[in-house]
Amino acid sequence: MTRKIVIEPVTRIEGHGKVTIHLNEQGNVDKTYLHVTQVRGFEKFCEGRLFWEMPVITPRICGICPVSHHLAAAKAGDAILGVKLTPTADKLRRLLHMAQMVQSHALHFFHLASPDLIFGMEADPAKRNVIGVIAAMPDAAVKGVKLRAFGQKIIEAMGHKRVHPNAAVPGGMNRALHSDKRDEILSQIDDIIADCQFAVDLFKDYCDKNGEVAESFADFKSAYLGLVDDNGNAEYYDGKLRLKDQDGMTLEDDVAPEDYLSIIEEKVEDWSYLKFPYYKKMGYPAGMYRVGPLGRLNVADGCTTPLADKEFKEFKKLGKNGILQGSLYYHYARLIEMLNCAEEIKALTGDKDICSTDIWLNSDCLNEEGVGVIEAPRGTLFHHYWVDKTGKMLKANLIVATGHNNLAMNRAVNEVAHAFIKDGKVTEGILNRVEVAIRCYDPCLSCSSHALGHMPLELTIHEADGSIRQVLRS
Amino acid sequence: MAKVKVISAWLDACAGCHMSFLDIDEAIIGLADKIELLATPITDFKEFTPADVGIIEGAISNEHDEEVAKQIRANCKILMVWGDCAVFGGIVSMRNLFSNEEVLDRYYSTESTTINSKIPCSEELPPLVKVKPINQVVKVDCYVPGCPPSAKAILYALSELLEGRIPVLPSETMRYD
Repeated sequence: MTRKIVIEPVTRIEGHGKVTIHLNEQGNVDKTYLHVTQVRGFEKFCEGRLFWEMPVITPRICGICPVSHHLAAAKAGDAILGVKLTPTADKLRRLLHMAQMVQSHALHFFHLASPDLIFGMEADPAKRNVIGVIAAMPDAAVKGVKLRAFGQKIIEAMGHKRVHPNAAVPGGMNRALHSDKRDEILSQIDDIIADCQFAVDLFKDYCDKNGEVAESFADFKSAYLGLVDDNGNAEYYDGKLRLKDQDGMTLEDDVAPEDYLSIIEEKVEDWSYLKFPYYKKMGYPAGMYRVGPLGRLNVADGCTTPLADKEFKEFKKLGKNGILQGSLYYHYARLIEMLNCAEEIKALTGDKDICSTDIWLNSDCLNEEGVGVIEAPRGTLFHHYWVDKTGKMLKANLIVATGHNNLAMNRAVNEVAHAFIKDGKVTEGILNRVEVAIRCYDPCLSCSSHALGHMPLELTIHEADGSIRQVLRS
Repeated sequence: MAKVKVISAWLDACAGCHMSFLDIDEAIIGLADKIELLATPITDFKEFTPADVGIIEGAISNEHDEEVAKQIRANCKILMVWGDCAVFGGIVSMRNLFSNEEVLDRYYSTESTTINSKIPCSEELPPLVKVKPINQVVKVDCYVPGCPPSAKAILYALSELLEGRIPVLPSETMRYD
């Protein structure tokens, strides 16, 4: 008798998706799928809008990382206008982006992922959430809330709102940073950096106690993609694309982001609304690569700030040739990045020009197309626009961070299902492990199909004749 | 006093309204004493169970969304909707200017998509419908508009419900971009 297990919706991630696990006659795993069940249509309904509206329209793809879409859209607009930003506009955009990295990484680690690490993957689902963390570890929870609030307050100061701010425009920024706000950020930043260090230490402590789990959980080989700066450091706002293979060999380096079509292609599978990007030269599915915190730190040679760079060196020692493969290491990389971005906030707000009002440039040029690429918290984000002579959008192509990880998330689900489901025995805890594998990638399924997914978990066990034998819910 | 039980879901949305709820910052710690979160996107209960307050963010854009909206309505006494997508249809209702075929044709044949790709059609994927606000599918008791509503507006609406009153939002919480 073959059986199908359905996990729907997957929870504590952003968006809608479901998992199906198909068992063979012996009750062992035959096939697994992560289905993204929604498609929204941003690429189509942007057509006919004016390109300078895109920084306001596209953030609505995602409420967790709206700043990424806001900035990628503004950057594509800069390219259409043929403008190179003023130094202060560039710094302000970086500051906005760093603030988002801190809030998004804090949210994911403390509010969404930490219950699995604090209580255990198979703990009681009633307490396996942020409210449970507040009750069990109030100090850590308060730090998490504070870190997110800090990032959100900077975004609000610069863009008038915490979610869907309005600050960047093609050609620069639409408002300067007030010196009072700058002073407020500077007065808190040392505490925030200390809290980021606390979060890194918290995860290192988890690794010390659960080293084998961290190393082996959903561990598999893939290539890695991320932006790096001119010195090879991890870069989040503007840089060149670098792709490394599973052994740390460089496959692509110094690729200008606007040449992304030379290295990336997307396959469509019948069973998911979300497309599957792969490295063109290796074909599908061999060209699987991963993006996001683990992807970025795997391809980088260092971090731009002292405390983060120290942690980075320690992190790289865990991998062969500086490449870490285990999915749980995503959390470790994410927290090092949060520290890196907090230190960057300190450097940017301390810059003598940060409050300058020289923040926008006009242009009488209108190129036919423009590409904006940025490292969103979850990975590399591409916005590619084509416009007519009046600046109206003819076409848009978006490749979103979570999309790149589609193959990898499916692989992670498969690894965990194979490791834990034996002889037809399935429990709520085992199903949560499958979700833990997905959560490592901090997927944003609203972004990914420019569609939103929704993931509660229900397990339906069917008999071969299609009748339902058992329903388990987490 | 018994805690007020809450269930919530995001449908065709960006999660920004739930994020705005988390933007109440430290107030969430006090709120944890007053409300009990049952099935929501940030907890691990997968099935809606009877609750005092149901909350929906996002518009209806496929058959699955319709089902979820009906399940929440059937399980709650008061249904509150957050954000422009749930209240009016929101940004994703711009899709209604095109047919579903046009939307899917574009997405599955972009410049980066493998040539000759077909549109996914598996029984696991819910078909698209015309985008609609929630009140075109189920009865709604309380609306909190905004893209997203501010944390202040959401906290005010929740606090009023906890006091047993249907919230009437003060005008300062109704100012937008």
